[in-house]
Amino acid sequence: MWTPLLLSLKVAGWATLVASVAGIAVAWALSRWPSRWSDLIDAILTLPMVLPPTVIGYYLLVLMGRRSRLGAWLHSHGIELVFTWQGAVIAAAVVAFPLVLKAARAAFLDVDHALEQAAAVLGVSPAAVFFRVSLPLALRGILAGVLLAFARALGEFGATLMVAGNIPGRTQTLSIAIYEAVQAGDDPLANLLVVVTSITCVAILCLTAWLMPGRNRQRGRRWSAP
Amino acid sequence: MSLHVDFSCRIGGPDGFLLQPRWSTDSHRMALLGPSGAGKSLTLKAIAGLLRPDRGHIRLDGHTLYDSRAGIHLPPRRRRLGFLFQDYALFPHLTARQNILFGLHPGWLNPAGRTRLPESARHWIQAFHLTPFLERYPDQLSGGQRQRVALARALATRPGLLLLDEPLSALDANLRRHMRNELKALQQAIDIPTILITHDPDDAEALADVVFYMEQGRVLAFTPPTQPDSPFNTRQPHDPTI
Repeated sequence: MWTPLLLSLKVAGWATLVASVAGIAVAWALSRWPSRWSDLIDAILTLPMVLPPTVIGYYLLVLMGRRSRLGAWLHSHGIELVFTWQGAVIAAAVVAFPLVLKAARAAFLDVDHALEQAAAVLGVSPAAVFFRVSLPLALRGILAGVLLAFARALGEFGATLMVAGNIPGRTQTLSIAIYEAVQAGDDPLANLLVVVTSITCVAILCLTAWLMPGRNRQRGRRWSAP
Repeated sequence: MSLHVDFSCRIGGPDGFLLQPRWSTDSHRMALLGPSGAGKSLTLKAIAGLLRPDRGHIRLDGHTLYDSRAGIHLPPRRRRLGFLFQDYALFPHLTARQNILFGLHPGWLNPAGRTRLPESARHWIQAFHLTPFLERYPDQLSGGQRQRVALARALATRPGLLLLDEPLSALDANLRRHMRNELKALQQAIDIPTILITHDPDDAEALADVVFYMEQGRVLAFTPPTQPDSPFNTRQPHDPTI
């Protein structure tokens, strides 16, 4: 019972990290160099959100399988993604990526451009402008997207099953374990897993509420200065 | 100071606004006067490096900041300019102290809340009486205090030229008069040349020795502000004397 839970948390954690770094980077690039292609790029990158997960899984399978160029190259370097937990990470990251991208893009667009210009005139490098002004000011919005992405990655089923399969102890995540338990008629196990999943999700939501810098707490900290 | 500006820049596509300011001055206190939409702010941004013109040149004290033929476009951080933004553009997530330290602190992290202030910052904090407000965030400061913090932040980096973008327009009438006098006193106290943008002839008269009048992207006339028939009173274009 604990193995699928821990595996799910591990896969979702890594997937969120990958999706967040990529999503924040792309969102920042789109907001910094807006062009008439921006919305098209955004739409294409949002596809994983609307495509059926099995379709994404199939694409990834074709892309990472040994018969593709990328898959052959990875194989020659000793990297196997199909039917491994790393493959599950990729699948969950692709599915979760648009959630970070959407939230981060909106958050970066919300940052007053004059502040970034002021920072540049004050003599700091573009990278420093990002880390010292843009990112902190967009953080709240980005964080909301990151948490949604984590929740989405944790619940990932279709694409993960296609890419990573259903190997107990290795790629069998919670949602896949539940499916299998129901298929096998093992109702007690299914009940247990469903309860575990629900409790985990509630715990994550509580953690979120605790992590988010609430308006009151921020105020309190701000006004505490002499 | 010597400043030569001669560039053109089309904003917003082939049918967009054409900005082509052209002037040359040795004055320490210069103003660009004109109605809103004249291109004053865009011109200032081009001088600061925040806007890249299409062609022409900008030279400051013998240094080329921009030259299309030589392919030079210095990034803003290499121009050593101070820029006072219209609404001050203070960083809302940083205290007044951190704001003032911002340009003095290299690297990818913001200065910590208790970072010691170097001499150049302390000088301006004292000059602007900001000591009691250092730990406050911008939204806890009054309009006048915000402007002083923004000025201290710009001056602490020891700029070679201070650009003031409508510094008084965000203030109410009383404060406006007060801050105008304060800026005037500052100009007398420091050795840094200033360029002021304003739509108010009174501001231009108080804070500049040389005024250029700008309309529809062009500099139309140049007048010392004391002339009674100066173009910005009548809004009639003069012969360009530049």
